[in-house]
Amino acid sequence: MTLHLAVALDGAGWHPAAWRAEGAQPDRLFTAGYWAELVLEAERGLLDWVTFEDSLGLQSARFDGPDERLDQVRGRLDAVLLAASLAPLTSRIGLIPTTSVTHTEPFHVAIGIASLDYASRGRAGWRPRVSARPDEAAHFGRREFPPIDLASPQVAELFAEASDAVEVVRRLWDSWEDDAEIRDAATGRFIDRDRLHYIDFEGRFFKVKGPSITPRPPQGQPLVTSLGHNTAPYEFAARGADVLYITPQDRDDARRITEEVRAAEATVGRTGPSLKVFADLVVFLGGHKARLDDLDGGALESDAHIFEGTPAELADLLLDWRPAGLDGYRLRPGVLPHDLAAITQGLVPELQARGAFRKAYETADLRGRLGLARPGSRYARAS
Amino acid sequence: MTKQIHLAAHFPGVNNTTVWSDPRSGSQIDFDSFRHLAQTAERGKFDFFFLAEGLRLREMKGRIHDLDVVGRPESLTVLAALAAVTTRLGLAATVNSTFNEPYEVARRLASLDHLSGGRAAWNVVTSWDAFTGENFRRGGYLAESDRYTRAAEFLQTVRELWDSWAPDAITAKDGQFIRPGGISTFHHDGLHFTITGRFNVPRPPQGHPVIIQAGDSEEGRDFAAASADVIFSRHSKLEEGRAFYKDVKSRLARYGREPGDLKILPAVTYVLGDTQEEAERHAAEIRRAQVSPQTAISFLEGIWGRDLSAYDPDGPLPDIEPDLGKGVSEGRAQFRGDRGAVAAKWRALAAEKNLSIRELVIETAAPQTFVGTAATVAEQINTFVQTDAADGFIFVPHLTPGGLDDLVDKVVPLLQEKGVFRADYTGPTLRDHLGLKTKEL
Repeated sequence: MTLHLAVALDGAGWHPAAWRAEGAQPDRLFTAGYWAELVLEAERGLLDWVTFEDSLGLQSARFDGPDERLDQVRGRLDAVLLAASLAPLTSRIGLIPTTSVTHTEPFHVAIGIASLDYASRGRAGWRPRVSARPDEAAHFGRREFPPIDLASPQVAELFAEASDAVEVVRRLWDSWEDDAEIRDAATGRFIDRDRLHYIDFEGRFFKVKGPSITPRPPQGQPLVTSLGHNTAPYEFAARGADVLYITPQDRDDARRITEEVRAAEATVGRTGPSLKVFADLVVFLGGHKARLDDLDGGALESDAHIFEGTPAELADLLLDWRPAGLDGYRLRPGVLPHDLAAITQGLVPELQARGAFRKAYETADLRGRLGLARPGSRYARAS
Repeated sequence: MTKQIHLAAHFPGVNNTTVWSDPRSGSQIDFDSFRHLAQTAERGKFDFFFLAEGLRLREMKGRIHDLDVVGRPESLTVLAALAAVTTRLGLAATVNSTFNEPYEVARRLASLDHLSGGRAAWNVVTSWDAFTGENFRRGGYLAESDRYTRAAEFLQTVRELWDSWAPDAITAKDGQFIRPGGISTFHHDGLHFTITGRFNVPRPPQGHPVIIQAGDSEEGRDFAAASADVIFSRHSKLEEGRAFYKDVKSRLARYGREPGDLKILPAVTYVLGDTQEEAERHAAEIRRAQVSPQTAISFLEGIWGRDLSAYDPDGPLPDIEPDLGKGVSEGRAQFRGDRGAVAAKWRALAAEKNLSIRELVIETAAPQTFVGTAATVAEQINTFVQTDAADGFIFVPHLTPGGLDDLVDKVVPLLQEKGVFRADYTGPTLRDHLGLKTKEL
């Protein structure tokens, strides 16, 4: 079976000094052309999907709030709109933007991702993200968040709220049955309103009535993917996601985490297909990391394992870790476009030669690529 | 001096004027429909493409209204996709200021402006109804009287966010990505929003995306005169158009603005024929298709405020009187106002002309704005603009997605021949098309 390979795109790459690398295009980071070239390259490499980072505050070298550094990339385009702008230019690759579920209305997320699914003909996914940073909350002025303490009950509450947001989004996607549009001239009805449904969600944090204003997206349920580093996000993913990105440091760690993920699925009583587990890796395939570390004033730190080497060595690692329970990998290129091209033109042929990666796209839609069936609407009655 | 006309294309809406029963009617949701209409508008060198918004499905008698086209995408997402398949066309999204927050709207519009190379526009609308609010976690908390103060403060806040990045904030050389002082901290402390921090999208290519506003009340006109670049008006008759135009333009000086700083674009419809008679026949057929028997009863129920499903649409008006209580429709604007007076007027009209229910509803619907041959329609459009009833128009087709094909193929070339409409785009941004200056800091 083919390995699944996704790529995470962000700015000039995942090294904070990537914009200073040879071949970087720092003056084009906010243009459509820059992103189109990257995603077309990823599609030429037959990758499963690309993800787009986003946040509701400026990037920072600190995890808990803004910093004053001027020597790193600051600023991002809205990830849903960025993904949408790439949809008509591509035909197979999945497009997965990140959105906040802490501050962004789930109704807006649901119609945005559904619209991306229409614009891409069934290649949309979504990465919901919890925002715990106090500075992001101050950009909205509706709530005050204390300084981040990952062990605090407040963070657990944010994950509980995020789970409700994902549930609302998924219900809204199902709120129109697939055959709701009837265009029946005899009765003058455009829709059969019995096939549209109020979602009537009421939780501890908010309620949402529905139905969506957007018909059911082409995939029915676009692919929901999330990133996690410990139990709370694993359980969050087990409740609402299709794919989980994890950050193991080695093969044994990968095995330990996948076991913990399976336990989280049992804890929350997950039904349906089990989570597809992807390991995140930061990858440098050009020997430029040391120079960038010097420029940035210190060695790169990351939540994910940092790989440096050749495409063949990376292929070795991917195949070595895979039996630990991994369905695939999400690679975070250290430098763009260099490390992306090294993935598509170096790693991919290497894996293909070993019989471990597809030689052509076999499905048009994103769910199908993971072997996930198109689900019927939860509201559809047997007729 | 001869004025240059501005033209915009409105994607067909979710009301009875969009005819879905016609065999040529395509999907209201497939991306190809949006692509077709946008590319048609760009072929016709239009200023911009416009998407409306409604964040809750309309209801009649407590149930979802099922007679009209329904089901729309999120406007900014579709426009971002259209940015990739157009090169010059402006892209205008309606985004509600009640059910959004300034930080998100500012970054999404700035993002669209970057992705389109300076072609974004925002139609600022404000709702106050708790009905729509039920789809949002913060609900419908706005008093109707607060809607303009909130919209004005929302827009002001969004502009503060756009302005918080200097145009040259990104240097990206000599080890410095952002120049010192390139990004300022914003502080907004107002009635509706109290926010502080740093914005995270660079200043948009247009400085500020184009602002569109549709209000017609005194407050709405002042809001537009103070803050908007384009007014989307409802005044599509020559005389009332001139009065509106004069009134709004005269308000601009109070805000230190020139008459050319605000473009007035009424929403209009059109029907073409090879002869005047043929065009009028088509126009009558379209009006009839827009009011199906079921739609006629639904309209009557909206005015009467009660269930009239037992009545024959081809028969006379009901004997029973309107129920002037809370009404039966939710989420549509046309039934606000004095229903008793409308009902009395309708009775008189039906009696005078001996009209059935359906004939009456067709009779009371607004006629198409421009009906005639390509030559007469081009002439009417030009007269409208040259006599200061408008600066141009937002065309609302009745068919998806081909509803502007013949306008672009037959009328636009005549306007170009007259020298009153661009033969090609002269600049890359929507502000260029509209003759508006880039917003400087």
